[in-house]
Amino acid sequence: MEPMHYLFAAYLAIWILLALYLRSIHSRERKLGEDIARLRDILEKQ
Amino acid sequence: MTGRAIERLDGLLAVLVFAGMTLALYMALIGAPTERTMGDIQRIFYFHVPAAVTGFTAFAVNFAASLLYLARRRPGWDALALASAEVGILLFGMVLVTGPIWAKPVWFVWWTWSPRLTTSFILVLLYAAYLVVRKSFEDPDRRAKVAAVFGVVAFLDAPLVWFSIRWWRDIHPSPMLETGGLASSMRPALWVCLAAFGLLFLYLLRRRYRLESMRLSVERLARRVDTFR
Repeated sequence: MEPMHYLFAAYLAIWILLALYLRSIHSRERKLGEDIARLRDILEKQ
Repeated sequence: MTGRAIERLDGLLAVLVFAGMTLALYMALIGAPTERTMGDIQRIFYFHVPAAVTGFTAFAVNFAASLLYLARRRPGWDALALASAEVGILLFGMVLVTGPIWAKPVWFVWWTWSPRLTTSFILVLLYAAYLVVRKSFEDPDRRAKVAAVFGVVAFLDAPLVWFSIRWWRDIHPSPMLETGGLASSMRPALWVCLAAFGLLFLYLLRRRYRLESMRLSVERLARRVDTFR
């Protein structure tokens, strides 16, 4: 492999890890937001 | 501070992170001069080192928040400890991925069990174990207490990682910022990358902390629903 390929691989790995983590936070936020809305709805009906 | 003001600050922080990381990428790949011995492969250093510095910072925040939880027993400190551990694993994960990619063309091996690399690997394993331990407790108070003790003990490995290249013979490069081994023409790129990673760390910590606050809200609401049933 050429040195530039290693450089490209290292930077690509960093951005992939970051993107995956941000996506994971976003999906967890969305799920918890839905849970909060559902539980508030149940409490209001009670 | 009102909810809208906090949202605006979060938005501003996100814009700063995006601008900072874009500038850092430019400085690392184009702005910094090419290193004489290693050539372009040395440019990995500009993201590898800031990821390590902010990763250490994250674990130090976990240590401080764990101690504060043990002293005051407030759920907010436990939430901060959890958020910083997870962000620390991500940042140190970047270190453990970019290190071997740099090592292969320079050392001709992906990995070697040198003191710096071994203690770094153990550090990430310890905080991964911290997350696993948290999941094994149902009771929130017990979970937070055990996790805080684990967090304090796990941080004992951090000084070993930091000082390993000073205390023992190691193949890992010496700390260039402290020893003045980094050429002055390369310093602006490193400082920009350190600042960008600092902002990224704050942004990720803030988002992960907010996520944990939401999870605590779900737990509180679920308990209220159960008491009505």
